[in-house]
Amino acid sequence: MLDKALKGSRGYWGWLFFLMGIMGAGFLAYLYQFKNGLGVTGLSRDISWGLYIGQFTFLVGVAASAVMLVIPYYLHDYKKFGKIVILGEFLAISAVIMCMLFIMADMGQPMRVMNIFLHPTLNSVLFWDTVVLNGYLFLNIIIGWITLESDSKGIKPPQWIKPFIYLSVPWAVSIHTVTAFIYAGLPGRHFWLSAIMAARFLASAFAGGPALLIILALLVRKLTKFDPGKEPIQALGKIVTYAMFANVFFLGLEFFTAFYSGIPAHQHSFHYLYAGLDGYNKLVPLMWTSSILAVVSLFLLIFPSFRKKEGVLAFACVSLFISLWIDKGFGLVIGGFVPNMFERVTEYWPTIPETIITLAVWATGFFVLTVLYKIAVTVREETAGIEIEH
Amino acid sequence: MYDSGKIIVGLLIFIALVTFPFYNNIGKVNAKPELKLDTPEIQKLPEQERKCVESKEFMRGGHMQLLDDWRDSVVRDGSRIYTSSAHKTFNMSLQNECMRCHSNKKDFCDKCHNYMAVKPYCWDCHIAPKENKS
Amino acid sequence: MSINRREFLRLAGVSALAGVGGVAVFNKLQNNALEASEFTAGPNALNAKRWAMVVDMSKFKTPEDYKRCMDACHSTHNVPNFSNPKDEIKWIWPEKFEHAFPGQENPYMNEETKEKSFLLLCNHCDNPPCVRVCPTKATFKRKDGIVMQDMHRCIGCRFCMAACPFGARSFNYRNPRGKDANGQPLIKEENAAYPTRTIGVVEKCTFCTERLAVGKLPACVEVSNEFSKGGLVFGDLDDPGSEVRKIISAKYTIRRKSEIGTQPSVFYVIGGNDYAIVPEIL
Ligand code: SF4
Ligand code: SF4
Ligand code: SF4
Repeated sequence: MLDKALKGSRGYWGWLFFLMGIMGAGFLAYLYQFKNGLGVTGLSRDISWGLYIGQFTFLVGVAASAVMLVIPYYLHDYKKFGKIVILGEFLAISAVIMCMLFIMADMGQPMRVMNIFLHPTLNSVLFWDTVVLNGYLFLNIIIGWITLESDSKGIKPPQWIKPFIYLSVPWAVSIHTVTAFIYAGLPGRHFWLSAIMAARFLASAFAGGPALLIILALLVRKLTKFDPGKEPIQALGKIVTYAMFANVFFLGLEFFTAFYSGIPAHQHSFHYLYAGLDGYNKLVPLMWTSSILAVVSLFLLIFPSFRKKEGVLAFACVSLFISLWIDKGFGLVIGGFVPNMFERVTEYWPTIPETIITLAVWATGFFVLTVLYKIAVTVREETAGIEIEH
Repeated sequence: MYDSGKIIVGLLIFIALVTFPFYNNIGKVNAKPELKLDTPEIQKLPEQERKCVESKEFMRGGHMQLLDDWRDSVVRDGSRIYTSSAHKTFNMSLQNECMRCHSNKKDFCDKCHNYMAVKPYCWDCHIAPKENKS
Repeated sequence: MSINRREFLRLAGVSALAGVGGVAVFNKLQNNALEASEFTAGPNALNAKRWAMVVDMSKFKTPEDYKRCMDACHSTHNVPNFSNPKDEIKWIWPEKFEHAFPGQENPYMNEETKEKSFLLLCNHCDNPPCVRVCPTKATFKRKDGIVMQDMHRCIGCRFCMAACPFGARSFNYRNPRGKDANGQPLIKEENAAYPTRTIGVVEKCTFCTERLAVGKLPACVEVSNEFSKGGLVFGDLDDPGSEVRKIISAKYTIRRKSEIGTQPSVFYVIGGNDYAIVPEIL
């Protein structure tokens, strides 16, 4: 089926070359970082994780969100998702690939990455995260590929794929839970040391991922002859609404615990993020942007009459996605490091090479996504009239 | 598939490319490196004691494994003394023991490593003895 | 085309080693040598069940005293001096009370304690989070309680830095063998008996394992004995007769952030009487 990715319009090739340009720039920036060390990033002794790990965390959520299509479709027999479930699976693949690239970009000694498997350490959450991410990538590749291949031939997918599909449901939950555990199990990092971290992660993932899917589905409809359909998009809109509501609610719970208990160490990071601490406030405008966008998107989503208009829905999804991207891809990681272990504030801001590398990883993700979607869409276009049943 | 012709041609080109260094070197003879053992520290030793921690034959092929074991023993187990199969004891330290005798890294380690085109990362951290010759 | 020849030889070498024949020969050689050989600790090595340190800042009078301890450690261990907080690497350093023991300060405490600098270093925690999170066992705890770094194995993921509640760890953001902005080497004078580190790995105080192995006390402790008795005291926490235990049982000591349960092995003397009666040891 790969050959379907080789025949495309001018726009398709133009877009791919554009992405390749960014990837090339990112590759050069990475060579520079590889030679000179992570000192070329904005990271420091006090803020030792930044944009890369933030993006990684955020994208694990996007990857996990494919399950929001798989559950209704395969477990609840919600047939309307039949056409777009593949879009979710392919989005998961490209998101996991981005996650892995971000981890590699963040590593001080990337050539030694195999040490994780040469000296497997069962008590390390990072070890488990590596395992579940690789597993998830594998699951989505075979599920996506096999089901699509059957579709293109107009037959039912083989029976043996079913167990993999069912397995992918808890697996999706596990990747984001384990990622949350990276943060939530560290003594002394009060901002992260929260039992609700994994739940918050899942809620934001199930809001942000499907929001991105809605945007992508609308784009697919606009750019190709394949129409994902109105109803599945509306159904996704509902999922986004509930998940975003849960996410905001969970964040509220964090605020309550920190401020009603009055424990200073639990409040410091919130102070830093939303009001500034000891005169340092680089992240404040960003965090407020995130909050405002969250409120706006939630307002537009909650009322069905707004949500039903696809233009409004798209706008709400874009705002929501940006809001969550700031909150989780940036604020969450940096906030955990401020103040540092000596209750001093060090600030962080990504440098230019760091930004280029980050953009290039996203470009790589979109490259993979475009190629995969191209294949899926071509298959769908060819089988337009055929009722698909898995 | 209709593309199979192209794929086969592509594969052939690929194979030709990756094996290029091989046939490009056919017929070129490379002199074996001569390792120098004439450092002052080795000269000082009486003739019959001029021996490495293990036999020359073992060291030639197995020094990397030995150093690997040494490093794990020193760093991870805290055992720093090596008793050789000849019942002699040594301080397990690349920097302080091996290089005490082989103070000519360039004519010893590097010679062979360059020839074999291996680039061990030992020297990124371990400090090589001072040498004047380049 | 010598690069290509090298590349090829390297590949050939690797595949030969991976091949069955290669492995068999290799193992044979190895076994022959290792049959009779063994690894042991040196005859003078200092041993303990759990190494610990007592820090009594009242014995440190001048800034010079602090500096001597820090310099002793950093020059012995080839710790580079970046002189900027972003890339900074430090194994032992001073902090004011409120930063060393955050949450313990109060607005009314005596000026002396408030203004005093405390020497901080890795606590060699008994329940170390840095070890728990490390995905490669590059950070591990030795039988004698020392939390050790294996620089050969570290992949530079910095999970341990996020996990250490004491800010004891530094990452090599830049090549430690490089030069600073003024063209000065970051390691002023290399100690040829100790390695440096390489770019991209995490490092910290090791309780001077290399010195304990040959019967010497840690470098900072040794230097502190030159200007004070009992400024830094090193010993076995498990041995009731050790000096560290005697001090801890006689004086009021605190540990950093003891509430989070990492069980630090570095104790800070805050007050108490030099002449307190040491309980009889049975
Ligand atoms: S002080 Fe930090 S680095 Fe040292 S053992 Fe404790 S947790 Fe690990
Ligand atoms: S940075 Fe190195 S020592 Fe720290 S957790 Fe990662 S591998 Fe382990
Ligand atoms: S114990 Fe050794 S490594 Fe640790 S601070 Fe003192 S001198 Fe440095």
